[in-house]
Amino acid sequence: MLEIRHLVKHFGALVAVDDVSFAVARGEVLGFLGPSGAGKSTTMKMITGFVPPSSGTSVICGYDILRAPLAAKRCIGYLLEGAPAYPDMTPAAFLEFVAHIRGFRGREAKRRIGRIVETIHIADVMHQPIEILSKGYRRRVGVAQALLHDPPVVILDEPTDGLDPNQKYEMRRIIDEMRPNKAIVISTHLLEEVEAVCSRAIIIAHGRILADATPAELARRSRRHNAVRLAAAGISEARLRAELIRLPMVAAVEAAPDGEGVSVFPRDGQDIVADLADLARAHRWPVTLLRVEQGRLDEVFREITTAAAAPAAAAA
Amino acid sequence: MRAVATIFRRELAGYFATPLAYVFIVIFLVMAGMLTFFVGNFFGRGQADLEPFFAFHPWLYLVLIPALSMRLWAEERRSGTIELFLTLPIRTTEAVAGKFLAAWCFAGIALSLTFPFWITVNILGRPDNGVIAASYLASWLMAGAMLAVGACVSAVTKNQVIAFVVTAALVFLFTAAGAPAVLGALSGWAPQWLLDASVQMSFAGHFSAITRGVVDLRDVFYFVSVMVAFLFANAILIDLEKAE
Ligand SMILES: Nc1ncnc2c1ncn2[C@@H]1O[C@H](COP(=O)(O)OP(=O)(O)O)[C@@H](O)[C@H]1O
Ligand SMILES: [Mg+2]
Repeated sequence: MLEIRHLVKHFGALVAVDDVSFAVARGEVLGFLGPSGAGKSTTMKMITGFVPPSSGTSVICGYDILRAPLAAKRCIGYLLEGAPAYPDMTPAAFLEFVAHIRGFRGREAKRRIGRIVETIHIADVMHQPIEILSKGYRRRVGVAQALLHDPPVVILDEPTDGLDPNQKYEMRRIIDEMRPNKAIVISTHLLEEVEAVCSRAIIIAHGRILADATPAELARRSRRHNAVRLAAAGISEARLRAELIRLPMVAAVEAAPDGEGVSVFPRDGQDIVADLADLARAHRWPVTLLRVEQGRLDEVFREITTAAAAPAAAAA
Repeated sequence: MRAVATIFRRELAGYFATPLAYVFIVIFLVMAGMLTFFVGNFFGRGQADLEPFFAFHPWLYLVLIPALSMRLWAEERRSGTIELFLTLPIRTTEAVAGKFLAAWCFAGIALSLTFPFWITVNILGRPDNGVIAASYLASWLMAGAMLAVGACVSAVTKNQVIAFVVTAALVFLFTAAGAPAVLGALSGWAPQWLLDASVQMSFAGHFSAITRGVVDLRDVFYFVSVMVAFLFANAILIDLEKAE
């Protein structure tokens, strides 16, 4: 439903977005991940027709944003970074304005606003000026504006940035509820978010796509994937290391970051927990901790994005 | 067209959402009154007309119109709502027209609130009400032309102060072009076509032509074409510069 084709954006000498292509189908929630300045917002601004691309284009529900901007824009719901809105308007007036612009009048406008106000929970603040609303409410008003016309393609730029944990949870619930019949793109620099709501993640840094995979696949790239934490009462770390490293399937043994026991890294990501359990039993170690780790997305993210930064920095 | 009407309504309501609109109207009325009564010697002239009232409009607008137009686009740029606005399914021309018409309508409201002057001269004597009606039309047209210049300037900056100063300077050029002082300075050395062009380009020249009571379509056409030209430029600038 959303197809991005070779988007490029130059700002003077800076290449903010460098040949970004991807497609998002109905039912997919794509997490657009990257450190700040990676080009996430610029890509979204090109998709939604605000920033003209230096080259490339995006096609929304079959409409090219450059050739048929109005038809394409009708298919998009867009939450801007920071959710700016007219400060002296109330959410009620603001949503009515957006509803009218989107061609809903009278009863139909009322019905749509009523429904979205209920899903997004902003009934309490409908008649207060937007400028006095809290960040969480302001963000919600932005989401309400984006979803009012029930768009098939939803673009959310940092929807949970600056929200408290409850508000984040709420935002994820909203995204989750609408996912079945929409193509959704959310940008974020929070990895927990990707794990919580995304069916797919694209990692971008310096304007380039560095990875495009499911969150689980990405986590599997982590060195920590299938690593095992092992601790035993009264057995020193040195002793554990010496014994464990002898196993053929073990690649490395390191002191655990929190000081309790060791982390055992397998060769080629293989499953080693049974072998470790056997070893512990053979030595009659009083095991206090034995746990398989899933692989940490934040590590993968750091590895991927910093590896990409190095050559760029060297060239500069 | 529907989009224009929707944008027009939102913008016009926006003016009255803050005290600024009322402050503007009060300043406009007070200044118009002071200029008319004290500088224009309204009572001393012993004539029942509004000539001294209208004579100051170009100079009054020089300050007030840029104040009105400066926020049209600059404010949207500063607050980031321009992105919200322009990613809605509307044409840039509709956005430009809606905003401009709201500002022009607001100027019209302020202008129409000077009606007590009109009543006053009718109580004091027997003025030529046709001339007064023409003068109101001229004043409103000139305000529109100035607003279009201001909207265009406001489109390229997020700084309202810059928008104000640049608009005031441009409007001053347009107004002063046909003023006697400028023509006097030009005559003698400048070629005649420059003097003619200067008069032709002047807000004040076309304005005073209509305020004499003759609504010449050429003068009306002049103001309308200035509006159209600057609004067209406004739309192009928005399309070119929307993200910068
Ligand atoms: N209007 C602009 N003019 C110049 N540079 C810009 C502009 N917008 C963004 N950039 C630059 O482009 C890069 C990408 O920015 P952005 O897309 O906002 O990143 P992200 O959203 O991933 O944090 C940054 O280096 C930023 O400074
Ligand atoms: Mg961003």
